[in-house]
Amino acid sequence: MARLEDEPLDDPRLGDVDEWGRSERIRELARRLYDPMYRQWFRAEWEGLEKIPTEGGALLVANHAAAIPSDAPAIMHGIETELHRPVYGLADHLFKSLPVVGTMWARAGGVAAHPENAYRLLREQQQLVLVFPEGGKGPGKTYAERYRLRRFGRGGFVEIAMRAGVPIVPIAVVGAEESMPILFKIPAVSRLLGLPYFPITANQLLFGPLGGLLYFPAKFKLKVLDPVSFDVAPDQERYSKSRIMDEAEAIRVQLQETLFDMLRARRSIWFG
Amino acid sequence: MPGKRVLVTGLGTFWGGRVAQALERDPNVEMIVGLDTDAPKVQLERTEYVRADQSYSILNRIVRATQVDTILHTFLVVDSTRMSGRELHEVNVIGTMNLLAAAAAADSSVRHIVVKSSTLIYGASYQDPAWFREEMSRVGPPKTRVERSLLEVEGYLRDFAEDNPHVSVTLLRFANVLGTDIRTPISKALSMPFTPGILGFDPLLQFVQEDDVVRSIEFVTNAQLSGIYNVSGDGKLPWSEVVAICGKRLAPILPPVLTAAAASPLSQLNVVDLPPELLDLLRYGRGVDNRRLKRAGFKFRYTSAGAVESFAQVSRLNTTIGDERTYKYERDVENFFRHSPAVVRNPE
Repeated sequence: MARLEDEPLDDPRLGDVDEWGRSERIRELARRLYDPMYRQWFRAEWEGLEKIPTEGGALLVANHAAAIPSDAPAIMHGIETELHRPVYGLADHLFKSLPVVGTMWARAGGVAAHPENAYRLLREQQQLVLVFPEGGKGPGKTYAERYRLRRFGRGGFVEIAMRAGVPIVPIAVVGAEESMPILFKIPAVSRLLGLPYFPITANQLLFGPLGGLLYFPAKFKLKVLDPVSFDVAPDQERYSKSRIMDEAEAIRVQLQETLFDMLRARRSIWFG
Repeated sequence: MPGKRVLVTGLGTFWGGRVAQALERDPNVEMIVGLDTDAPKVQLERTEYVRADQSYSILNRIVRATQVDTILHTFLVVDSTRMSGRELHEVNVIGTMNLLAAAAAADSSVRHIVVKSSTLIYGASYQDPAWFREEMSRVGPPKTRVERSLLEVEGYLRDFAEDNPHVSVTLLRFANVLGTDIRTPISKALSMPFTPGILGFDPLLQFVQEDDVVRSIEFVTNAQLSGIYNVSGDGKLPWSEVVAICGKRLAPILPPVLTAAAASPLSQLNVVDLPPELLDLLRYGRGVDNRRLKRAGFKFRYTSAGAVESFAQVSRLNTTIGDERTYKYERDVENFFRHSPAVVRNPE
């Protein structure tokens, strides 16, 4: 079989699942199904969407809430429908170990939050990547602790952005906390099931155990803050740990203050 | 400059045989000795076949007697369904240890060792990165015998490379191989009318086509590359798509919990043998970064999907004409062609 040296290889694919497990076809279907939820149920409203880069990689960083987080789909949906570019959502590896859910999650744009994965997406593929630096501690908050940001991990998200040479774009989300508030948690059950937390939500109490999957129609407001760029060279072996922690803390404080501002302006949980 | 003198271990395997065939075509290779307990399965012109096991005394004598400068160690067993765990340990770990000891003898002529390992060494778990690079190690401890044995082998190889800086040591980690000749648990699973899968999982997999396997071994041998290289076709594709390309139907008959327990009757009934390392793969998948080998100048001829497609074409052919091999090693005939004065060599 004669073949020119640099001719691209035959790649007889049948499907459109990419190297991250994402399928644009399934993503499109998910958007179509989710759109009514986004527009009529949560009535999501953006401010500063133009601050999200239309090309090049960027790390989107947001606060995280609700027993089954409702913020990730809303952010991904909003940006993908408005900017027409894909958003890859980083989440705990645990997803990958769940049958059905893990596969659907990957097809719909979820990627395991491994630093190598984030670097490849941001640096080599110049994609938009969404991450919640609070991790599981964000959605695991009870209603009484709503809108109080947890620790931003160990600042790993700043280090990744530095290494990848991309800006961080913080996004403040109001509404998710009230969409599925946790009243209390049962540690014994979560230990038994190996889950990060086992919540009893207001939704479960009102609609029954299965109705617990139904979100309350809280009004969603999303505000994009100014992108934060770092004047450091990408691809370094190490970055100053104190610089990383300073930057992470600065972003956290800014996000926290923005959330308080938005709450000050909010007249109603349901109508904004 | 005199040509290369090469020792191929595992001549009786698909790998060893095909690699020896490729070496025979190379005029820079002066002499090829092949070692195995089984006779070669492919026709060879000038390779000398020695029926021997991998015990130290034999290896030491062969290396010394033939003055080989290159050893291609293609004998590592990565398919745990082929032998018991004890045998596998003997062949992989002890065999490699003996081979390296023979190569490290005081007056050894060996200058290059190529070892065929597997991406099994990275394991497969939910905590894995999407792509493993060569310098990354697996997330958890090895869970299966074959993975443990490969880790031990690579450990020996690291020590050998450190102690013998004058020898280039090349370690190739191959992804799952598909092609015309090789039989693996995956190719067997893909030959069934219903291909088993784990309910709720559709992992991303990589493949390397067997021609690329042989070409890569040839490539690193000629280029005298040292170091570790992942060898896998570009891209990844879901198991469901692999099955679809092969024109089969996916039957997710294995439950997500107690998967191994459900798989064991299948192997006992001889339906399909799914060893634990394959069950992990069918749950979580695996990706290895092949760019180091490409940067060194190697050009793959097949992507992962291309490897699957080539396998599918061969399977279709085989269902029509059968897959009987025409070649059978006959010791006397082969010796006649190699050594009888009646045979005219170099007919110029």
